[in-house]
Amino acid sequence: MATTVIPFGPQHPVLPEPIHLTLKVEDEIVKEAVPALGYVHRGLEKLADIRDYHQMITVCERVCGICSMIHGTVYSQCVEELMGIEVTDRAKMLRVIWSELHRMHSHLLWLGLFADAFGFEALFMQFWKVRERIMDINEATAGSRVIVSVNIIGGVRADLSPEQIRWILSELDTAEQEIKALQDTIMNDYSVKSRTKGIGVMTYDQALELGAAGPTLRGSGVAQDMRMLGYGGYESLDFEPVTEPDGDCWSRSTVRFREVLQSIDLVRQAASKLPEGELAVKVKGNPPEGEVYQRVEQPRGECVYYVRGNGTKHLDRLRIRTPTFANIPPLLHMVPGCELADVPVIVLSIDPCISCTER
Amino acid sequence: MKGIIKDVTFDTVVGEVMHMKNDGQRLVTLSTYQAGEGKMGILYHFDKELETTHLRLVADMDKPIPSVSGVYFSAMLVENEIRDQWDVEFDGLVLDFNRTLLLDPEVTQVPLASNVKIAPKN
Repeated sequence: MATTVIPFGPQHPVLPEPIHLTLKVEDEIVKEAVPALGYVHRGLEKLADIRDYHQMITVCERVCGICSMIHGTVYSQCVEELMGIEVTDRAKMLRVIWSELHRMHSHLLWLGLFADAFGFEALFMQFWKVRERIMDINEATAGSRVIVSVNIIGGVRADLSPEQIRWILSELDTAEQEIKALQDTIMNDYSVKSRTKGIGVMTYDQALELGAAGPTLRGSGVAQDMRMLGYGGYESLDFEPVTEPDGDCWSRSTVRFREVLQSIDLVRQAASKLPEGELAVKVKGNPPEGEVYQRVEQPRGECVYYVRGNGTKHLDRLRIRTPTFANIPPLLHMVPGCELADVPVIVLSIDPCISCTER
Repeated sequence: MKGIIKDVTFDTVVGEVMHMKNDGQRLVTLSTYQAGEGKMGILYHFDKELETTHLRLVADMDKPIPSVSGVYFSAMLVENEIRDQWDVEFDGLVLDFNRTLLLDPEVTQVPLASNVKIAPKN
């Protein structure tokens, strides 16, 4: 059988950002996939050399727009641990609320794009319509729809008034109804299942060995979510990771769908437990010599920050490992053996964020 | 830094990583830092049921570093990234992008190692 080499990307209708896969195909069946990255590499880690540790929050928030809040949070947590700063419970809980709003709008964005990938335009528009409610909440509470920029070292810079919280909860009630109305379609529709069930399968053991993260990991039945670590305000919230056992595109999609509803629940819990207190504590001095390793759960999965201080206002090292970076080796495992027409659906099923990956 | 930290050497790193795999540990990622003139530190981060273990290797940057991509395929990508960022070589890397995973071939400055220039790749 002759082998045909087909380039997939860097520009492709299902890819919001550029990644290239070289696909070796025999009779419409993919035999091998080799990735090529580097189209949006910005060298953001290196900026820690010339930006001080306060300014680096702004940089970290721009590692990725869609999960900017959580990048800001984990970076702040790292510096706070390095400097021995104890953040107030109110600030921790406010971080949880904005983080979960980010998870919701990221998953809703992805669910729309996923529907678009297999040609379901009406479903795409419905998910994005719901997403607008979350974006409106971000804009009304933080002044920006995507990069909310509420984190500072020592806490947060913005607050939520009781009126705003009531309005957010009322918006989320409406959003929950609208999302549940789409549940039967995304989970049970014949055409959706025919494009996602049994496609791009990765087993439980393979997911662990290949280092998968987030919904890609949990879609293979692994009950692991960094929010179980109880970082920030999560320690006082009831939380169970969402898993699906089959390891296919349908499972990964269903995990994300259920996580949107879970995030609504977490915002409700956080709002009900929001304590009184200061928004931020005063920060003096520079990060001392030392190293910190932190993991948090972003919409796409486990995000790792490694920070080294050297006693100056500049960090000695800032290392960021984003979830999509971890999910590329699993992707290279999922694609071989599939039909060429399924490649876009499988690629999208890991929710690739390439600007995150390349930093 | 939270978690268990174990020091490893050039001779023991692959064996220790194999031991971690046999123990059911998930390789999370590798982190690097400057560990003095001509030396870099590499931390291999592992996870098992949310418990973290780190292996620390301090390596001479002018010698090929033993690759663990033969043990964990997922290490392939991060070792290539380290190759881009520090201009070091890995011995036994299963897929070597030859320092062009993230960088363009004509790049001459090593991003994370100060004052080190390299020849463009052809």
